[in-house]
Amino acid sequence: MKVGLEHYLLISAGLFSLGLLGVILRRNLLVMYMGLELMLNAANLALVAFSRYNKNLDGQLMVFFIITVAAAEVSVGLALIVALYRRRQSAHVEDLTSLKF
Amino acid sequence: MQPETLAWIILALPLLSAAGITLFTRRNAGLSAAVSVTAVAAAFVASVLLVLSYRGLHIPAGECLIASVNWLNVGGLSVELGLRLDSLSNVMLLGVTGVGLMIHIYSCGYMAGDPSYARFFASLSLFMFSMLGIVLASNFVMMFVFWELVGVSSYLLIGFWFERPAAADAAKKAFLTNRIGDFGFLLGIIAVWASLGTVDFLDLQRALAADPQALGAFASLAGVLVFMGAMGKSAQFPLHVWLPDAMEGPTPVSALIHAATMVAAGVYMLARSFFLFELAPAWPESLGFLSGISALDVIAWTGGITSLMAALMAVQQSDIKRILAYSTLSQLGYMVMAVGCARPEAGMYHLVTHAFFKALLFLGAGSVIHALHHEQDIWKMGGLRSRLPVTYWTFLVGTLALCGVPPFSGFYSKDGILAAAETRPVLFGLALVVAALTTFYMFRLVLVALRGEPRDAAASHAHESPSVMLWPLRFLAIASVFAGFWGIDTALKRGLGMAGASGHEDHGGFLAGVFEPFGHAPLAAFLGLFATGIGFAVAWTLYGSHPVRDPLPERLGPLARWMRDKFYFDEAYAWLIRCTHDALAAVADWVDRWIVAGMFVRGLAGATDVAGRALRLVLTGNLQTYAFLAAAGMVVALWIVVL
Amino acid sequence: MTDVLFYVFGGLALACAFMTVANPFSRSPVASALFLVLTMVWLAGLFVLLHAFFIAAVQILVYAGAVMVLFLFVIMLLDLKEEERRHWNRFGVGAGFITVGGLLAVLATTIVRSHAGAGLTPELEGTTHALGLALFQRYLLPFEAVSVLLLVGMLGVILLSRRDLK
Repeated sequence: MKVGLEHYLLISAGLFSLGLLGVILRRNLLVMYMGLELMLNAANLALVAFSRYNKNLDGQLMVFFIITVAAAEVSVGLALIVALYRRRQSAHVEDLTSLKF
Repeated sequence: MQPETLAWIILALPLLSAAGITLFTRRNAGLSAAVSVTAVAAAFVASVLLVLSYRGLHIPAGECLIASVNWLNVGGLSVELGLRLDSLSNVMLLGVTGVGLMIHIYSCGYMAGDPSYARFFASLSLFMFSMLGIVLASNFVMMFVFWELVGVSSYLLIGFWFERPAAADAAKKAFLTNRIGDFGFLLGIIAVWASLGTVDFLDLQRALAADPQALGAFASLAGVLVFMGAMGKSAQFPLHVWLPDAMEGPTPVSALIHAATMVAAGVYMLARSFFLFELAPAWPESLGFLSGISALDVIAWTGGITSLMAALMAVQQSDIKRILAYSTLSQLGYMVMAVGCARPEAGMYHLVTHAFFKALLFLGAGSVIHALHHEQDIWKMGGLRSRLPVTYWTFLVGTLALCGVPPFSGFYSKDGILAAAETRPVLFGLALVVAALTTFYMFRLVLVALRGEPRDAAASHAHESPSVMLWPLRFLAIASVFAGFWGIDTALKRGLGMAGASGHEDHGGFLAGVFEPFGHAPLAAFLGLFATGIGFAVAWTLYGSHPVRDPLPERLGPLARWMRDKFYFDEAYAWLIRCTHDALAAVADWVDRWIVAGMFVRGLAGATDVAGRALRLVLTGNLQTYAFLAAAGMVVALWIVVL
Repeated sequence: MTDVLFYVFGGLALACAFMTVANPFSRSPVASALFLVLTMVWLAGLFVLLHAFFIAAVQILVYAGAVMVLFLFVIMLLDLKEEERRHWNRFGVGAGFITVGGLLAVLATTIVRSHAGAGLTPELEGTTHALGLALFQRYLLPFEAVSVLLLVGMLGVILLSRRDLK
């Protein structure tokens, strides 16, 4: 079967779902973070695929920006995790439930 | 002058007087009294002129003069502001303005020195206006309006000394009790209007004469409902309780309202709308158990029961005004009974004569009370014959007239009622018992209160009242004597179109008129006289020796106590009202406690609280739970939207 | 040839992603991080198949290089090993799989049904030249704004990293 847009999109959907699975299942904040990165990358893949099949360069530019923003986000997020760990000696979501009633 | 103009003037005069006194002369007591007396005197003169100018009193039935202006048209309802002049209203006009004039004059003396003198006369004038409105009204709606006005002015007059709790309560009681009757009256009017589409007496009479079935199944119900209005105003059983209490008002008020005019309005209304009661009995399906009973039966028996009950109550009262009040009740029962026996002219006749002698009796009682510095207990009176000669003799005339001794007017009118009741043996017997009781309690009153020796210091120092109070007594005494053979009955018979009017048209001279009852209804006349004689004999036996205390309770035992306590009607009503009230309050309390406060107020708060507590559990603070919930929500939303 | 490569890269990317989030053999964050690097690499391969060469290079440089080094650095710094000692919450796992499975089903059916690629052929050549022109002409302002964002992120990280953070 000839590979088309749908195939890329299906790969993207699979990656997105796996990323979400990581966010929901893993209790380590860092691994949850990795799940988030996976989801972002799934979106990137979809955008690039759309860009190629629709003959529009904007999709790739969007990916470029996403990668930049993701880099910034990762740096800030990891800094937050480090700061949190220093305060609580843990990076597990179950230990970080003080924001509740 | 045109009769119509005169009629409008008669109606307007008391209203102008009431308005004038209230607005301008309230500060000046003497001027207010003068305005009021002048107005009612002018109304009386105008009435006389009207009767003279408009074919006298002898107007054939069905003929009347109607002066009307269109008042309102609402949908199918067209109401005229109309005055109706026929012999019925003419007789009542003379009676109301005549007795009213006497009472106005008398009030000048009786009420002298009262701080609210002007207010009293303003209220009296307002009352006269309302009463004349009822008399002249040409349709049901207008009559109802004035009917309510009479209720209001009587409220004002009964509660005239409103600073006394008893008077304020009595006024309230009278007003509320009348309200019950008026409610029925209004329903009756609506029933009539709904069936026949008009409220005008003449139109209604013609419509019913043309088609007696026009009211269909509502014929008797409409009659009984309209009669309920009369029940309230004329204080018929079971709405009689307000009248004795209304004696808390000033004595002239008792004389005017509760003897001569207002309570007579019920009887007058019955006579005016008599065509409504004549119909063959017909009841709606749901009231089928009443079939065969006509509205007239209800009226007759209500009247009979009222008259007997009130007469029994009167026997054991010791307040001079209350005795007269119960006597009024009893006589009103008589009149209603006469209407119920299909002889409205007899009831009206008695109404007119009764207006004269009962006003006389009340004014005489007022004179006694005035002389004894507001002492009303007959067991503290006595020996007043020599000290109050004019009062005594006029009072005696009133008593004889009330007892039905010939040739006083009461004899003729009462004989008419007895003759009317002859067709119903039970009621006839009842009426005779009432006649005997009437004589008994009236002579008990005369013998105890006026004759014998003074029982109290106040009674021994009594002085005759001023002449402004005595002249009305004299005039009314004359009227009480002679009202019997003025031909009022013939006029009424003609006015109401009763059979037999032609037969007795010609009195054939004075003496023939005096002895006429013995000729045309000998049984009623002789038995009536016999009953009166028995009543007098018993009264003389018991009270002729001027006892210090009432010997009757010892002889009658508990019955006397029941009579004195008015058969506990007030207590029963109070109990009934309290029970109803309590039940309603309990229901309201339950609704408030469980439905309003429980379900709505607390339920709403509780639901919010529970929802809040439940939703709080969702907020675990765990990031993953949030992520899971967000994802699950997104999946569900996408599922719904996309697929 | 490219189709075969697509299946190879796509399958490997999915497998590595699975190993990242749900490695049945190890729950060490380090393993996850390394599998994530591999996922990025296979994704870069897919980008190459889509003729997005510059993006593929950036993907390798930024993600597989910088971001993952950052991750590993933090993992080493924090010495995260606790998760291994904890039990899975059965209910949580079940619910998670059902939810994710549902999402995947929804996405997949939508993609298959919509025939998004019907009649489309891969035409665009994402050359670095074209991308650079677009970036410095039409997207100049967003480009500069992103640089400001990076600056702000850097400042934030420096601030958060201070020991006496209160």
